[in-house]
Amino acid sequence: MHNISPEEIVETLLMITQQNLDIRTVTLGLSLQGCADPDIEVMARNIYETVTSRAEQLVPVCEAVSAEYGIPIVNRRIAVTPLASVAAATAATDLTPLAAALDRAAAEVGVDFVGGFSALVHKGTGDAEARLIDSIPAALATTERVCASVNVASTRSGINMGAVLRMAEVTAETARLTADRDSFGCGKLVVFCNMVEDNPFMAGATHGVGEPDAVVNVGISGPGVVRAVVSSLAENADLTEVAEAIKATAFKITRVGELIAREAARRLGVPMGIVDLSLAPTPAEGDSVADIIEAIGVERCGGPGTTTALALLNDAVKKGGAMGTSSIGGLSGAFIPVSEDASMVRAVNDGALTLEKLEAMTAVCSVGLDMIVVPGDTPVETLAAIMADAFSIGVINHKTTATRLIPAAGKQVGDVVEYGGLFGSAPVMSVNGWAGSRLIRRGGRFPAPLGSLRN
Amino acid sequence: MHTPAILSVLGEDRVGIVAAISRVLADSSANIEDIRQTIISGIFSMTMLVTIDEEKTPFDELQRRLTEVGEEIGTQVTLQREDVFRFMHRI
Repeated sequence: MHNISPEEIVETLLMITQQNLDIRTVTLGLSLQGCADPDIEVMARNIYETVTSRAEQLVPVCEAVSAEYGIPIVNRRIAVTPLASVAAATAATDLTPLAAALDRAAAEVGVDFVGGFSALVHKGTGDAEARLIDSIPAALATTERVCASVNVASTRSGINMGAVLRMAEVTAETARLTADRDSFGCGKLVVFCNMVEDNPFMAGATHGVGEPDAVVNVGISGPGVVRAVVSSLAENADLTEVAEAIKATAFKITRVGELIAREAARRLGVPMGIVDLSLAPTPAEGDSVADIIEAIGVERCGGPGTTTALALLNDAVKKGGAMGTSSIGGLSGAFIPVSEDASMVRAVNDGALTLEKLEAMTAVCSVGLDMIVVPGDTPVETLAAIMADAFSIGVINHKTTATRLIPAAGKQVGDVVEYGGLFGSAPVMSVNGWAGSRLIRRGGRFPAPLGSLRN
Repeated sequence: MHTPAILSVLGEDRVGIVAAISRVLADSSANIEDIRQTIISGIFSMTMLVTIDEEKTPFDELQRRLTEVGEEIGTQVTLQREDVFRFMHRI
């Protein structure tokens, strides 16, 4: 049968039906550079028209590809040019009309999230960037589908400490404005170090300025498949065997991503961009990165050995994925969002997983401090210091790090917030009270590290 | 356009499964290139390589007909483009 054995066919079917193999997202990246206009109402209209016309076929194409190949495509999303750079054309101080236009356009074409209400301020904050950042809380409170992100640090430029504090304030303000939804606005806000230009995953997706006008990027999934493979190994299989098994599985998952990316791009008539190799968990039973860590042999995710297991997992996924596609991109590192991973939540509830351990895990995988709910009265200096710690890891280690912190209004440690769907639910985590508030108040720029001088 | 696809059938063994599936394929101008069938602990498992003439029967229409007949005979019928298997298991 074209050399495909019945066993391979059954393996593929089991991966889909029982182990949650799916394509997590097909994300259409769109340039909005041409939408700039001094009149913000005209710009909003341009944005709406560009997105609705270029993304009109996204959902129908994804549905057809998904049905014909038998691979679920969980999310169809849109990423646009970081809007601050487009908004420089207007003098308007309130940029929420642009978010509203994106929100309407996303609803019109049937996508659940659109990313790109974003600004890059890692070396300094421009006027348009400042206006966009000021508009984030209201934009996130008044729209459903718009995601915001801000890059405040990079290895080449260091950390803009003023921007870190400002983003902590923006996070707190967003939490207050969306208090009636357990501060869910913060679930749509990512603060980055070393942001990438082709990330297909929300909430941090944007369409970088180095990209073509339109591009299709795909984010794979498959923690459930990897966990099943690790669980099927002998109890005493050594770590080389574990890495080998993960690598072989990552290859297969990546190949599916490559196929779907090629086919979706062909049918949409736009270039294929990248396949993002991040393992992205969902709250579904078994579709969990924490479960893989535990299957490798850690009693509970967060316990000693967790960083080792996660590092091994992350590295093996990349090695397998690298054989599966020549277009690796995006974040390409395991995600460890707390609320979106049922076993991470269990680990927090059991006292095994703490904020500090998550920070350590950030050093060996992708965007670490993700979907973490903290008490609503956490001081902004503390939020900023937590962010700065994550970004320092990114700056020094030449990697992306990000935070998606939710200081849930009115909530205390021990409370639980429910966001539903892929966002799951999460316990409010305790925060170390000995924060570097004075350090944060110093402001200025954390200089680019010596390691950035590569030329 | 002739599209290769893999048809897989899983369900309880009973009289007429192959006949019912083959009839839908013949009526839809889909050619059976290869067929393999086993029964493991009473569970009927069949995989077929078929070529679909999409000008005569579009892919989604054939999927709909097969799902319908699958429901009638109490088996799970899946039709997927063949390249998903080739991509996943071969370089």
